[in-house]
Amino acid sequence: MTQMSTHYPDATRIEPVNRHTLAIVVDNEPGVLARIAGLFSGRGYNIESLTVTETEHEAHISRITIVTTGTDSIIEQIKSQLERLVPVHRVVDLTITGDAVERELCLVKVVGKGDHRVEAMRLASAFGARTLDATLTSFVYELTGTTEEVERFIKLMTAVGLVEVSRTGVAAMARGADAMTF
Amino acid sequence: MSETMTGAEMVIRALQDQGVEHIFGYPGGAVLPIYDALFHQDKVKHILVRHEQGAVHAAEGYARSSGKVGVVLVTSGPGATNAVTGLADAMMDSIPVVCITGQVPTHLIGSDAFQECDTVGITRHCTKHNYLVKSIEDLPRILHEAFYVASNGRPGPVVIDLPKDIQFKAGSYARPVNNQHKTYRPTVKGDMDKIRAAIELMANAKRPVFYTGGGVINSGPHAAALLRELVRLTGFPITSTLMGLGAYPASDPLFLGMLGMHGTYEANLAMHECDVMINIGARFDDRITGRLDAFSPYSKRIHVDIDPSSINKNVKVDIPIVGDCAHVLEDMVRLWRQTAPQQDMVALKEWMGKVEGWRARNCLAYRPSAETIKPQFAIQRLYELTKGRETYVTTEVGQHQMWAAQYFKFEDPNRWMTSGGLGTMGYGLPAAIGAQLANPKALVVDIAGEASILMNMQEMSTAVQYRLPVKIFILNNEYMGMVRQWQELLHGGRYSQSYSESLPDFVKLAEAYGGVGMRCDKPADLDAAITEMINIDRPVIFDCIVDKTENCFPMIPSGKAHNEMLLNDYLGETGTDIGSVIDEKGKMLV
Ligand SMILES: Cc1ncc(C[n+]2csc(CCOP(=O)(O)OP(=O)(O)O)c2C)c(N)n1
Ligand SMILES: [Mg+2]
Repeated sequence: MTQMSTHYPDATRIEPVNRHTLAIVVDNEPGVLARIAGLFSGRGYNIESLTVTETEHEAHISRITIVTTGTDSIIEQIKSQLERLVPVHRVVDLTITGDAVERELCLVKVVGKGDHRVEAMRLASAFGARTLDATLTSFVYELTGTTEEVERFIKLMTAVGLVEVSRTGVAAMARGADAMTF
Repeated sequence: MSETMTGAEMVIRALQDQGVEHIFGYPGGAVLPIYDALFHQDKVKHILVRHEQGAVHAAEGYARSSGKVGVVLVTSGPGATNAVTGLADAMMDSIPVVCITGQVPTHLIGSDAFQECDTVGITRHCTKHNYLVKSIEDLPRILHEAFYVASNGRPGPVVIDLPKDIQFKAGSYARPVNNQHKTYRPTVKGDMDKIRAAIELMANAKRPVFYTGGGVINSGPHAAALLRELVRLTGFPITSTLMGLGAYPASDPLFLGMLGMHGTYEANLAMHECDVMINIGARFDDRITGRLDAFSPYSKRIHVDIDPSSINKNVKVDIPIVGDCAHVLEDMVRLWRQTAPQQDMVALKEWMGKVEGWRARNCLAYRPSAETIKPQFAIQRLYELTKGRETYVTTEVGQHQMWAAQYFKFEDPNRWMTSGGLGTMGYGLPAAIGAQLANPKALVVDIAGEASILMNMQEMSTAVQYRLPVKIFILNNEYMGMVRQWQELLHGGRYSQSYSESLPDFVKLAEAYGGVGMRCDKPADLDAAITEMINIDRPVIFDCIVDKTENCFPMIPSGKAHNEMLLNDYLGETGTDIGSVIDEKGKMLV
């Protein structure tokens, strides 16, 4: 066959991977979480954190917050694919709308005696963690903060006897007067 | 006005209220109440298939050839799992289907009851949406909503899983004033600024091409009419995907034939060399694009699609327009007329000259034979002898499918039904049954391969029972030809398991089913035999014995670009050693 003069564009560009926080408003009907989680696993997307609860009881509306990572085009696909699901009302990319507040809550159990115990108490107060339970050998602390703060807290507590962690995942909301409706 | 009735009665009433005339199904324990309700009326006619996969494909053929929603009724467990392939097929090809599955009573769900399976779990990713009905109060809404969801936006299959106790329960039914979903509202109208930008890009195009797909068909005959108008106004050449054939008349000089892996030389080179690509209702499938990083390197791209997730999924576009094809085409036609743009006629003429040059290669030419029937020749004769009739064509999957797409010329939308996205062998016969039911006066032909047809052969019984005179035209090469072709090209001619050592006698088989069997193996006898087949008003299996080793060309090997097409060696373009054409990376692809 005749050789056409061609020029190939650059090989598929390696795009940077970014972290995005998505707020998804959905009908709280059976299986909706399975649909969303299944979409991520089925199409090979990442879930870093997922939080969900019904937020409008009358209307049976839930708000799901997902922290995910991907290239810009993958993030675009994730949003479009989510919007394609029938029970999904809307998807807002809080990372793009800019400067959202993000918080997560974690509970940590620390067990220890002597110096470790004292150090654990100091760290907790430095982070502003609340003491929810205490025994002679243990504490349960609650910390609310950004994911980074929570990570740092857990890392430090590990050195002084952390035995158990429970985290809620991220809840997020855009700053300012504009409200996200459904 | 609400009435009290059982859940099973609601199902039938809702179907009547939706104007459903035919449903395809197969009974079983978990749907007996619905079959009982069916028994007491005659508005909704039930077509008893022989396998639930056949029911869904028949519903697809019915939907695609009529523009209506196809309806399926199957039992729980194996009934539902047998339907899965059909549902996945309808999902991939965006066909509106509502499938009602029986389920064990609600109090037994989760207990591994007899014929229980997690139908909504299993079908979650091969349906557009699905429902498990847990209370009789929800049933009327869900029944009607399912039709709305299946047919609005990008169409697709919807499953309603209905436990048996809900079928027995009494509740109140009222026909809803509107059956819209409470929140699902797909965008149908395109953004006018984007459409304006698209028209401007098109007006200044020097090497434009329309690339259209199944979305135009799904949007309805009006969309096809508008497409024709826009092509006429602009004078741009046009190519179509497998799924879009018929939206634009194949006989028109501006039509370049199908594009993609087995598309024409002119269509693929036009895609490669164009400066403006106008994609209407197609999704940049990998069978179309070939090697992505070499796909259409010089073009600015417009993409019209009702599904936002299709946009920028595989290929980045410059002007994305989310909307229904008919709506967007209407705006495009109006805007083009209003602006009456000054086109660069010199450049366009040069471009058409180039396109004609490619067309002159006559890429679909093949080595004729007086002894054996060439499969391409068989399709050409079938086309010529059915021309001018109202003909609907379905196919199975394989070489015969590609030859049908290449050599059968479709002039109208909704006449061509094939499994494009999923590539399901066994699609064609049940789809033909559905198409024949929707178009009782028309000629319906399933262009089949001898391997594929055996996958849903049992549906011949259905055709005979309902006196549906479908014609099964088998291009019998004794091979899974498409598999054999890839083994020849990629695996050193080691034909592992692709030869059919034992085939039924298709003539006797047809007779055993109560149909008519015919066989033809000489080119000279073919016309008379095809004419005879057409004139038989009963289901026919036509065993057309063709060249066993013919390959399907042109072909863009996996991992190659549009301009790296292989042509039939008859054209003196490729040597025999085409195995070396595909590199190791290409072999990884399918
Ligand atoms: C259900 C299913 N199984 C396997 C395949 C893979 N496959 C694609 S084409 C083909 C061979 C089809 O043979 P035949 O029906 O004789 O058609 P031909 O290619 O010979 O025209 C096979 C096995 C498929 N598409 N579908
Ligand atoms: Mg074959």
